[in-house]
Amino acid sequence: MGFHQTKDGGGVLVVRVDGQLIVGNRQELKDLIGGALDRGERKFLIDFARTGYIDSSGLGALVSLSKRVRELGGELRLSGLNEDLRSLFELTKLDTLFAIADTPEQALANF
Amino acid sequence: MTSPLQLCVRRTPASGVPALATQVNVRMPSDVACIEQTVSLVTHHCLAGTAATDRLRFRLQVAVAEALANAVMRGNQEEAGKSVLVEAELFPDRICVQITDEGIGFDPTQVPEPVRPEQIGETCGRGLFLIRKLVDEVHFNEQGNSICMTLRRR
Repeated sequence: MGFHQTKDGGGVLVVRVDGQLIVGNRQELKDLIGGALDRGERKFLIDFARTGYIDSSGLGALVSLSKRVRELGGELRLSGLNEDLRSLFELTKLDTLFAIADTPEQALANF
Repeated sequence: MTSPLQLCVRRTPASGVPALATQVNVRMPSDVACIEQTVSLVTHHCLAGTAATDRLRFRLQVAVAEALANAVMRGNQEEAGKSVLVEAELFPDRICVQITDEGIGFDPTQVPEPVRPEQIGETCGRGLFLIRKLVDEVHFNEQGNSICMTLRRR
């Protein structure tokens, strides 16, 4: 459980969500990305390849983070959503709000 | 550290009513930090010994997580003295999960659809919508502080 962050060679901060992204830990993700924004980071990829499920609070946190990153001239992308996780974005139409790639490699290729 | 959750699992003996095999009850404090463990417990006992699909497991996990979050945050307002009761009844063809809080209740018909164009960018308000999309039936009690969700095993 938790968030594992690495820095890509192209300057993208990659955050992997291990476990769930839910009401109990969404603030931790918001603080992590918020702190990186304060340090000047502007490119973010959140990878869900090791994520079990996301609740509506987790989705809301992603919307909030995406807005904040965009306001500062940055970009936040998502990757690694399996069929079930992707269905949450499709049901809520959030797939129209985010750039979603199948794998981190694909997301990073043209970042 | 002992768990703050109270779990009770009753399995009907072989001579009992065959249609109702198992009841799973969990009482959880009004603490969002307990939601993940409760979801895990409920899911484990609801699907134990069955050939559940990954899709059913996922639908159950998200629906229970959403209902618990609503009960803790909106129903009980995270008051430490209040708790949330999860009562699951397991049938051969379906799982029924009832989640009850100690709040005053709400009118589920007044919750706006979160997928209208002007709502999509909102940061909250998707929980009940997701529940309705993920489970087969949703009912509320008259007071609006208890949700009953049915998922068919398929």
